[in-house]
Amino acid sequence: MRHTISVLVENKFGVLSRVAGLFSGRGYNIESLSVDETIDPNISLMTIVTTGDDLIIEQITKQLNKLIDVIKVVDLTEVDHVEREMILVKIAPKQQDKAEALRLAEIFRGRVVDSSPKTYTFEITGDEKKIAAFVELIKPFGIKEFVRTGKIAIAREGVKKTR
Amino acid sequence: MRMSGAEILIECLKREGVKHIFGYPGGVVLNIFDLLYDNEDLQVILTRHEQGAVHAADGYARSTGRPGVALVTSGPGATNTVTGVATAYMDSVPLIVLTGQVSTGLIGNDAFQEADIVGITRPCTKHNYLVKDVKDLARTLREAFYIATTGRPGPVLIDLPKDVTSDKTTFKWPEHVSLRSYNPTYEGNKWMIKQAARTIHKAKKAVIIAGGGVVLSNASKELRELAEYARLPVTMTLMGLGDIPGTHELSLGMLGMHGTYYANKAIQESDLLVAVGIRFDDRVTGRVKDFAPHAKIIHIDIDPTSIRKNVRVDIPIVGDAKRILKSLLSELKEEEDRAQWEPVRKAWLKQIGQWKKEHPLSYAYSDTVIKPQFVVEKLYELTKGNAIISTEVGQNQMWAAQFFKYDKPRTLLTSGGLGTMGYGFPAAMGAQLAHPGKTVIDIAGDGSIQMNIQELATCVLYKLPVKVAILNNQYLGMVRQWQELFFKERYSCSHLDTVPDFVKVAEGYGAVGLRAVKPSEVEPVIKAALKVKDRPVFMDFVVDWREKVFPMVPAGAAIDEMILGEEAEEKKTKKLRAVK
Repeated sequence: MRHTISVLVENKFGVLSRVAGLFSGRGYNIESLSVDETIDPNISLMTIVTTGDDLIIEQITKQLNKLIDVIKVVDLTEVDHVEREMILVKIAPKQQDKAEALRLAEIFRGRVVDSSPKTYTFEITGDEKKIAAFVELIKPFGIKEFVRTGKIAIAREGVKKTR
Repeated sequence: MRMSGAEILIECLKREGVKHIFGYPGGVVLNIFDLLYDNEDLQVILTRHEQGAVHAADGYARSTGRPGVALVTSGPGATNTVTGVATAYMDSVPLIVLTGQVSTGLIGNDAFQEADIVGITRPCTKHNYLVKDVKDLARTLREAFYIATTGRPGPVLIDLPKDVTSDKTTFKWPEHVSLRSYNPTYEGNKWMIKQAARTIHKAKKAVIIAGGGVVLSNASKELRELAEYARLPVTMTLMGLGDIPGTHELSLGMLGMHGTYYANKAIQESDLLVAVGIRFDDRVTGRVKDFAPHAKIIHIDIDPTSIRKNVRVDIPIVGDAKRILKSLLSELKEEEDRAQWEPVRKAWLKQIGQWKKEHPLSYAYSDTVIKPQFVVEKLYELTKGNAIISTEVGQNQMWAAQFFKYDKPRTLLTSGGLGTMGYGFPAAMGAQLAHPGKTVIDIAGDGSIQMNIQELATCVLYKLPVKVAILNNQYLGMVRQWQELFFKERYSCSHLDTVPDFVKVAEGYGAVGLRAVKPSEVEPVIKAALKVKDRPVFMDFVVDWREKVFPMVPAGAAIDEMILGEEAEEKKTKKLRAVK
């Protein structure tokens, strides 16, 4: 099963490689990873998406906790939470398809962040399903470039554990 | 007061109670070595290889319980420590490894003798540091000792750039260490302990498995009290030998791949395992699917990742073994109704006694050729068990585990997790330094001893009377054993062909060399060796090269699928007859 794990770490050099090394050294897989400073500049937050059965996920969270620079580990999959990621996608539609492409972006509440005579670049934010749906629909227009941020997630307030 | 980095380092080591440093100098650590030149509080032991330095610090730490310290230079000096660091990491040994580094301005430039040792040792240290500013040095050292010695102990490496050792700052000793991200759990969950007591109470065929965690937590007294009160048999992992005396009536000796028949049998038949301070290594469990099929498992360990990593666990208790065993015993005293369980336990112990009688640890004695097991038995007999034993890795290690009875923890120093050949001799050296006057013996093979044989010079220099019992069979014996049993006797690269004259090697270094080729010579050689108090001794025992370690659980088999010595020999004669 896929899990989204939120990891608070000391904002020091080498911490990312400790976390990444833990995954590679023990044969776990990182599907997506996003890291940035929190409001407190001494602390960074990592959001890691990984897959594994219950035993593997248990080991991953325990092993993460064991790292000296890790302050807190929360498996968000166990609680009700909101997930978001963002993509930037550059397409080169045919002249007659341009309007349709723009309309599609609008439906997905996307924004045009760059345009040139031959291309549009859209910014789309959403959860995994929304992003996947958009990508599926925009593909026929001819994707030139595609980047995504990796997932960030936050627990909903006041909601008890779902499991 | 303004002090240089090197001065701060020395001051901090002193305040941490360090008396000995095992080291090897080089360009970037000269500022530190210069201060050690006339320092009266800190003695530097100059080894002959950085790996030897780290293993020696490791032996020092394992035999005393205090952290061992090694100091080496950058680049090759640092990379040479890696095997020692990984050895200590696998066996949870508290070490402080100080490596020199090129000046901060040169880091990343592929400077002379530069290596990214922090990157290299990240997966085999409990934690490591690169100190980039002398202002961070005192705090870093304090943290390093704290991390190395608390929770599940382990090696901590500190990389010290040259300019950091010469830069000056105002020295301030941090009185307290606290890390918001590191808070080991010591107290076990009360409810879980209660559950455990109830489960033990109900069990009919319970077995305790005690491991290295009991040694680290100094919990052997508590373990023994619990076992004796509840009449529970105790088997030990390699790292746990000595947790209860090997001569104790409740001791089943070691379990696992080369464990005793009765320990493995008891595990497989048991209805409850009380595992204390162990991590269920594959050499202990055999085929996991069939490990202790009828048993509930109570698992006590300070490291949460040890729990449910390899085997299912019914009652996990995270915390310090000493404290948990203590509360478990007092819970049991409330729970237990002696009259009710005593007959049940008696029956179980009787059954185990039966197994002990059926298949004790044994070997076929010969009066023409020296059996390696005989040497280990004689060492036990002649030291009366009053010795610190270190081992190399392979057959020598297993015979040392089987045929020497460890009565106290911290008397067997062996590389259990990583299985490092070349560990035993330098480790014995470290232990000897920490225990002057005590008999310290490295039980070695002719292969392993050659992996750190250069430390003879160190032992001679510091007058350390380490005894090395070389079980010389001209083979990498354990490899040969596997090849004989599982590779159709194709002895690929296991015969050493050229083995040096160990007596001459010892004498060449200024040590004592002795040799025994007949069983009758074993005792005189050991006796002569034990008399030597001012220099190391090599005892070259020319042993039967055919001898194998039994019982043996083949890799991937369940632990009761043992090959027993007698059976293996029978099969062999049968086969030979058929050929004739």
